[in-house]
Amino acid sequence: MGEDFAAALPANAWNWVAVWRRNYLSWKKIALASMLGNLADPLIYLFGLGTGLGMMVGRVEDASYVAFLAAGMVATSAMTASTFETIYAAYPRMHEQRIWEAILYTQLTLGDIVLGELAWAATKAFLAGTAIAIVAAVVGYAAWPSLLYVLPAIALTGFAFASLAMVVTALAPSYQYFVFYQSLFLTPMLFLSGAVFPVTQLSDTFQQVAHFLPLAHSIDLIRPEMLDRPAGGIALHIGALCLYAVLPFFLSMVLLRRRLMR
Amino acid sequence: MSNVAIDLNGVTKSFGNKVIVNELSFTVASGECFGLLGPNGAGKSTIARMVLGMTRPDAGKITVLGVPVPARARLARQGIGVVPQFDNLDLEFTVRENLLVFGRYFGMSTRKIKAVIPSLLEFARLESKADARVAELSGGMKRRLTLARALINDPLLLVMDEPTTGLDPHARHLIWERLRFLLARGKTIILTTHFMEEAERLCDRLCVLEHGRNIAEGSPHALIDEHIGCHVIEIFGGNPQELSSLIRPYVQRIEVSGETLFCYAPDPEQVRVQLRGRAGLRLLERPPNLEDVFLRLTGREMEK
Repeated sequence: MGEDFAAALPANAWNWVAVWRRNYLSWKKIALASMLGNLADPLIYLFGLGTGLGMMVGRVEDASYVAFLAAGMVATSAMTASTFETIYAAYPRMHEQRIWEAILYTQLTLGDIVLGELAWAATKAFLAGTAIAIVAAVVGYAAWPSLLYVLPAIALTGFAFASLAMVVTALAPSYQYFVFYQSLFLTPMLFLSGAVFPVTQLSDTFQQVAHFLPLAHSIDLIRPEMLDRPAGGIALHIGALCLYAVLPFFLSMVLLRRRLMR
Repeated sequence: MSNVAIDLNGVTKSFGNKVIVNELSFTVASGECFGLLGPNGAGKSTIARMVLGMTRPDAGKITVLGVPVPARARLARQGIGVVPQFDNLDLEFTVRENLLVFGRYFGMSTRKIKAVIPSLLEFARLESKADARVAELSGGMKRRLTLARALINDPLLLVMDEPTTGLDPHARHLIWERLRFLLARGKTIILTTHFMEEAERLCDRLCVLEHGRNIAEGSPHALIDEHIGCHVIEIFGGNPQELSSLIRPYVQRIEVSGETLFCYAPDPEQVRVQLRGRAGLRLLERPPNLEDVFLRLTGREMEK
């Protein structure tokens, strides 16, 4: 069985590109609407919460509330974009449309397909997060040079959440299943990871939990850069996000192989 | 390349405690059309998946295009084109884009794919639909596009699972004609079907499956000669039990299926004489076909 698993892994370093390009070609047809959809939500949160709540709470961690929130929204939009791409677009490609099955007739392996889907979801996360970061820089909530460091962090965040969502996709018998993932995992994470208020406001227990959340690591990478502060523990945050990208990838491979190739 | 395209040896596959494929062996020679004929649930699709390396057999050995499968299935698939039972075309794309995207899965360059697309469209008679979305195509057109898609990598072997199921007769004949064209050009085809007519028209050899076992193998004509070898009279409209005792002395064999009596008679005239004057009976005399072989071997009709 180990031999079979090895055969299902990505065949080489470039096969996945064909899957990425398939998704890109499909996205190109609706690029504008898709971008607007990905941008509208976080921007409304940013300026709605930022200005409204911002007037009440004043400054947070020595920054205006909107500037504080901006970094949280960059990471959150990356999380949402890659998660949604994986559960609401990759899942139907795998399940109802049987597109993955057709790809498996070719010289691509299951690993090539999964990697291509993850790379595509990370690309969409990158676009969404970057757009928010640019808006934040334009209105003066982030320094332009900081974007240089923020962009790779956005891409890595996208990869980690795509990988996690791929496990959910592999397990999901139907769409109903995704609601649990969103409301029991993603939404609590938003409030436990320091996206909308500092983690220090949480009880000790929840602060401990936050150490394990991928979104918290992403925000801890992105926020100090955007607010031009010294960042600590960069290697730890990058390492944690890499683990969240790599381990679920292998888990999803095990599950998808069982689902599609029995 | 050797002259054996597919070799299955003692292949068994179970799901849970249900045996789907049972000690199955057969060999498909290069350039021939080989049919897997059997009712739904006989294990045809599972065999097709195993040939592609998408399902691992529990026991037995499979070699496809000279390489062991599933161990080196990726290599084998470079020389295989697949037409699945259910269309899995990319609905977001046009006909042309479907071919482009699929060629890339084989690692072909965009330029190379664009060079072969016109001939594939011509082959599939879809030139006028090149820029139509897949959703706008009829069932027959979708099948032809799936067939064209399966040819993008210029495969040596085509694996087709129920290629004409669900098509109207006109669309079906067009697919058959296209498949004969491919055979004439030296492609090897393995197809699963539950259409006797399809198997008879296309296949050089076939294997009759029941419950995942190979119960007969040979060319359609050889199977018909060996298992039937005489004319068939179908009789409907009477009491099958009563009729069969009446004519039994004059026929080789009788099968009753539902309300139809199948008489295998070297001398059909004798049977007609016996039944003369009986009202309400309808007699149909015809040459034997694979349907009769299946009925003979399994004691039941293939469900349609």
